This record gives sequence, structure tokens and C-alpha cells, in this order.
Amino acid sequence: MSEASAVHAHQFDDISQQHEASWNGMWVFLATEVMFFGGMFTGYTIYRYAYAQAFASASNHLDIVLGTINTAVLICSSFTMALSVRSAQLGLRKPIMIFLLLTMILGAVFLGIKFTEYYQKFDEHLVPGYDFSYEPSLARPAAIFFSFYFALTGVHALHMIIGIGLLTWLMVKAWRDRFSREYNTPVELVGLYWHFVDIIWIFLFPLLYLLGRHLG
Amino acid sequence: MNGHVTERRLHYLNVNYGVKSWLLTTDHKRIAWLYLISITFFFFIGGLFATLIRLELLTPQGDLVQSETYNKLFTMHGVTMVFFFLIPSIPAVLGNFLVPMMIGARDLAFPRLNLASWYIFIVGGFFTIAAAAAGGVDTGWTFYTPYSSIYSNTHVALTVIGIFTTGFSSILTGLNFIVTIHTMRAPGLTWFRLPLFIWAMYATSIIFILGTPVIAIALTLVALERLFHFGIFDPAYGGDPVLFQHLFWFYSHPAVYIMILPGMGVESELISCFTRKRVYGYRFVAFSSVAIAIIGFLVWGHHMFVAGQSVHAGMVFSLLSFLVAIPSAIKVFNWTATLYKGSVLLSAPMLYALGFIGLFTIGGLTGLFLATLAVDVHVHDTYFVIAHFHYIMVGGAVMAYLGGIHFWWPKMTGRIYPESWARIAALIIFIGFNLTFFPQFVLGYLGMPRRYHVYPPEFQVLNVMSTAGASILAVGYVLPLLYLIWSLRYGAIAAANPWRARGLEWQTASPPPTDNFELTPIVTEAAYAYEKEPEEVYVFGKPAHV
Amino acid sequence: MKAEHVLSVRLYATVFGSLLALTLLTTGVAFIDLGGNWNALAAVAIAIGKALLVVLYFMHARYSSRLTWIFAAAGFLWLTILIGGTIDDVLTREGIGF
Repeated sequence: MSEASAVHAHQFDDISQQHEASWNGMWVFLATEVMFFGGMFTGYTIYRYAYAQAFASASNHLDIVLGTINTAVLICSSFTMALSVRSAQLGLRKPIMIFLLLTMILGAVFLGIKFTEYYQKFDEHLVPGYDFSYEPSLARPAAIFFSFYFALTGVHALHMIIGIGLLTWLMVKAWRDRFSREYNTPVELVGLYWHFVDIIWIFLFPLLYLLGRHLG
Repeated sequence: MNGHVTERRLHYLNVNYGVKSWLLTTDHKRIAWLYLISITFFFFIGGLFATLIRLELLTPQGDLVQSETYNKLFTMHGVTMVFFFLIPSIPAVLGNFLVPMMIGARDLAFPRLNLASWYIFIVGGFFTIAAAAAGGVDTGWTFYTPYSSIYSNTHVALTVIGIFTTGFSSILTGLNFIVTIHTMRAPGLTWFRLPLFIWAMYATSIIFILGTPVIAIALTLVALERLFHFGIFDPAYGGDPVLFQHLFWFYSHPAVYIMILPGMGVESELISCFTRKRVYGYRFVAFSSVAIAIIGFLVWGHHMFVAGQSVHAGMVFSLLSFLVAIPSAIKVFNWTATLYKGSVLLSAPMLYALGFIGLFTIGGLTGLFLATLAVDVHVHDTYFVIAHFHYIMVGGAVMAYLGGIHFWWPKMTGRIYPESWARIAALIIFIGFNLTFFPQFVLGYLGMPRRYHVYPPEFQVLNVMSTAGASILAVGYVLPLLYLIWSLRYGAIAAANPWRARGLEWQTASPPPTDNFELTPIVTEAAYAYEKEPEEVYVFGKPAHV
Repeated sequence: MKAEHVLSVRLYATVFGSLLALTLLTTGVAFIDLGGNWNALAAVAIAIGKALLVVLYFMHARYSSRLTWIFAAAGFLWLTILIGGTIDDVLTREGIGF
């Protein structure tokens, strides 16, 4: 158990007020993130409705095995992140770091698989605006599908990268024994962020990968 | 305090000096000043673009600038004024300064985040100015696709990066306000004892949080389409340009409430102080702020009546747009009722406040004309629309901003501005404003389209009137710049509460100490208790310092 | 405000297992033709279920204050407004949409 200081910032009356403010602050920020991704989900929704056949067809070109694996990888990383937060709540320095590291590794695996998929798409000429080639009758709306695919997963991947950066920061702090039973807010907040990025993928996966599987 | 000061009192301005102490400050009051200087700069840049527009429109021919240049002028005027002046103005200047003080806190919940907000704002401004210097953008501040995403040859990507960045700044400000207001109110300060300015800031922050991210992604998609030739809004791919408009206006309509709600908050503070009365119907005014914020999110399609949106959607949005006028009307009625049998002092802030009521009402009523589908078909994209929103943005929001700056100037600076000059400037602004924009209602009704630098000769008289008004308005805006700066050195020293107002911010010195209050205030009464003395309203408890 | 609720490893593991199971379920169901729009609805419903598990347990929303619930719900509610208004337009356009 560490003896990290529980002094609060001067604008707060006590550490409990500081914790409440930080906790709610992160939830407010996540609400903005819902709306940020939401704009893309909106566009996706109307095109999915308008071009159902092309979208289903294009979706089948995504690698469902890699997609499912990636979903599982992210869920694992949320599990390890939750365990890291729990360790922080109990003031257990080593477990905090172990679970942070596992989360980071899983995050990196996710990104590795993602970029492998991107590379495959370049190979298959499925990148809009870059030598795009598709069955002619569906090519134009299929290009819209892939535009959304890259925009959605690209912005998501950017958030993952930022998340890994935050985890690295936490790792340094944990190594320096900054967390304790009394003070572990940063771990909690990064946890919230990480789980949120997982939730985005939980929606992206079926919308992008599973649309047209039942159509063969 | 007379002129002989043997011991210099420490306050937030003199507690330390030097550029670093300002650029690395986390004091919300200093950050408010950083914003004040920045947005004043942007106001005059936007005003410069407006000047060129009005000069071009003196004659029916396009003789001052070419049409491509004119397109850039109105675009840059809109972008600068909306994103770099109006949206930050009251929240980032008066809000930053006053929110902690009005609730009896030492600072906002996240002071370092507050400073980061300002830096992010400056970075956004830098990108946009760079775009302007590199030749500007010509898409209109509305960036409609596919022109902006494919065909325009101007610096769209650079500009949208600037707007995206400054939008992020406003999100963080809103986040800070929401958390602060929920968490850090002084003992005894329940929600219904809060000043209405705080309710207004809270409602504005809701819009910052839920709306801004959507324009962020809309502009990001435009940038991606330009850079990577995606087909999201491109009709050649089966893309829908109207989709962009949905995403754009989902934010940009609530954005106009970002621009007016804080002004309404200032209005309540000014009206109550200068009638020496509680605001009539306090709860109605408080709830109406939240109602405007929420209902304001349901009406965005009224900008798209003739864009290709379905008639069904048009009707729904039209009906909802009528509804959103109701809470605004409630406020106007309640301020007017507050005036009744009030002890009115026609100070400069009060002149701005009275002007606000009249001009905002005109702007709001003309909004109802525009919300009427059948009328909008005729006046959409004409000068009628321009007059409507300038009545609200300039006649409303800017007047409220100036009124607030004058009202809180003694608190912020410890100096009194010259009252006669201020009243004269207020009158000049009022006259100049009406001469500039009232003719534009007529022009629009007669059919003059917006965003054109040539027009039929029969419109010239009204355009000349409008430009003449603009020159008067310009004088009116320059005057406060001059005498307010003058007052910093030569103005009379202000007491803690020169207006004898009841807000918490007035119960501490002018200028305040860094931690705002020497002793923690405890609130025992609702806001605007003008029938009581301040000592009966506030009790000061243990030392505020931790 | 979140009190110091320390959840058990077992609870987290149960949620984790459920999430993996739901993932396999959604992938599996995707290959079965349920007719009409049911595939899409099933996929979204399962996704909502998974998201709720993450929000309630991993993100401790179940043990948090009402204010947290409001903040958590607000984003999704507002997204519904955005999608709803846009879809209302698209669905009611007559003739060829775009």
C-alpha cells in the first residue's frame, strides 16, 4: 500500500469534492464524444437505408474473422482496465501496473490488426479516391460505405492511440507510486475513457462488419 | 480609499507581474482578460471585413472588389464574428470572470483546463488567420457541400481546422462551467437562489457540450472529402449534400442560442440592478433558459426549408421553431414587468439593457416570419434573413456584451469608466445599428439576395443608408475601446460595490483578491434581494483559503 | 457522485464473459437470415446490451449518482434527436431521394 498524498487542489474544499468534480467532468466529456461519433453514425444510418444492397455487399468485403477477434481483444482490454482501476482503488501498485500493461498490449494488438485490415483494403482496391475498384452497378454507394468505414474506424483508432498514450502516462505515475486508496482518480478517469472507446467499437463492429452476412 | 495609499492592497492584477504570470496563469479572472483581448482583436478583424462589404455595397455595380473576393469577404466576416467573437464573447470573458465569483467559489473546477481552453482558442484563431492571409475561403461561413468539399479552390481545410480547434476550446469551457456550477456552489446557494446569469451560463454550456461535437465531425468529414476524395457528400457518388446541412445546422442553430443566452443572462443582472428589484418571475426566467437550450436543438431544419429537405420535415421543424420562441418571449415579458414600478437608473449598462429588449424583440419576431414555411420560401437567402440575425446578434448579443463589460468593469479593473462618454457611445451604437440593419429588412422583403456583390439599381438608396449607418456604428464601437482603456489609467478608483448591487461578486473588493473572497460566503437569500441590505443576505464564515 | 465501490473480480469476470458470449452471438446470428430488417435490429439490440454492461459495471454507472446517469444518458438521447430528425427528412422525401 502506498502513501500517496491526498491533498486536494486549492479551488476545492476537500478531496471528496475534487473527486466528484473530476468524475462528472469525464462523463460530460464522454457525452461530447458520443455526439462526435454520432455525427458519423447519422450519416452512416441514412446511407445504409438508402443503399442497403450496396452497403451489405461492401460490408461482406470486410474480414469478419479479424473483426470478431478485434472485438474480443477490446473487450479483454476493458476487463484488464477495470481490474487496473480496482487495483488502484485498493492501492496495489504492482497490480495497477500489470493490468495497465496488459491493457496497453491488447490495445496495441487491436491497432495492429486494424492496420493489417487497412493494408488489405489498399491491396483489394477498396480505398475510395485511391484506385477504387468495385462491381460497377454498386461501385458508387460502395465507395460511400468504405468512406464511412475508414472515417469511423480511423477516428476510433485515433482515440485508441490517445488512450494508449494516457495509459502510458498512468503507468509512469503508478510506477512513481502516486496512487493510493485515497487518491486514484486519474486511473478511474482513463478507465472511463477506455471503456467508452470500447463501446464505440461495440457499435461499429456490427454496423460495419455484419450487415450483409446473412445474404451470403 | 482616497488617493493616498500607504499600503498597497494585493489583488488578482497586481499579485504578480510579467508576461509569464499572465500566459501561465490559472486564475479564471486573468484568463477572462486573455479572452477579452483576443476576442476584441477578432471583433475588429470581423468588422474590417464588414466595412469592405458595406463599401462594396454602396454602388449597384461590383466595382470595389471582384465577386470571388466578395465571396471571401462575407465568408471571413461570418467565420470570424461567429466562431471567434460571438460564441466565446460573454461565456469566455464575463462567464470566466463571474461564474466562480457569483457562486462563491475560489476558481472554476478545472483551472488548468481553463487556460488550455484559451490556448486552444488561440491556435484555432491562428489557423483561421493563416487561411485568411493565404487567400481566404469563399464558401460562406456555412460551408455547404459539395462546393466546400469538392469545387472550391480556396483554403477550406485550413479554415475548418481552425474552426474545429476553437470549437474544442468552447467544449472545454462548457464542461468547466457545468461541473463548477454543480459542484462548487457556496453553502446555502441552492439552485433557485442562483443569479439568472448562472442559469444562462449553465444552459449555454449544455449547448456547448451536446452541439459543438457535431459541427466538429461535419467539418472533419468535409476536410476528409477534400483531402482523400471520399464520397460522403458528393452527388456523383450518390452522396447527399443535404446530409452535411443536417450535421452543420444541428450545431449551428443551437449555436445562435449560445450567442444569445449569455446576453439574456447579463440582461437579467442589469435590469434587476438598475430597477432595484428582483427579476419578475425568476423561476420562469430560469427554466426558460434551459427550455431554450433544449428546444433549440429541435429546430435546425428551419435553415433548410428550400434546400431539398422533405416538406414533412419542413413542417415539423417549422412548428417546433414557433415553440422555441415562447421561452424567449417569456423572458422579454418578465424583464418588462421588472421595469414596472422599478426605480430606474439610466446608466450606460442600463441603456444597453433597454436597447437589448427592443432590438432582440424585433429580431425574435422576424424569426417567426422566417419560421413560417410559406414566408421563408420568399425571403430565404435575402437580406431579410441578414437583418433578422443581425438584430439578434448585434442588437441583442453585442449590446448585452457591452452592457456587461461596462457593468462589471469596476469589478474587473477597480476603475470607473467615464459615464457620459459611455452613454453617448451607447446611443451612437443604437442609432447606427438601426440605420444599418433596418433598411436590410426592407431590402430583403423587396427581394435583394444575400451574398451578391451586385444588385439592381433600385436597391441603392437603402444600401447607402445601411452603409451610412455602419459608419456611425463603427464610431460607436471605437469609443468604448478608447475610453475603457483610458479609464485603466485615469478612471476614478472604484469601491467594492459602486452600483450597490446584490450579487455575490459585489461583496468582495474591486478588483478582487486572487481567491475571490477573504472569507467563505454563506448565502441566506435568493438573488436580487434589493429590498434588503447585503449584510442581511450574506454571512461570511471561515477563511476562504485552505 | 461515485462512492468507493470496489467491485469484485468475480463480477468483472462475469461481465467479461457475458460480453464475449454476446460477441460470438452477434457474429453467429449475422449469418442467419431473420428476414426484413430483423438482422439489423438484432445486431443493434445486442450491441446496446453489451454497451449497457460496459456502462453499468465497468464504468460503475450502476453505483453512481443520478447526476452521472443524466450525463451518461444525455449524449445518447441527443444522438437520437440528431438521427431522428435527419431520418425523418430522408424517409419522407418523395420521389428519388438522392
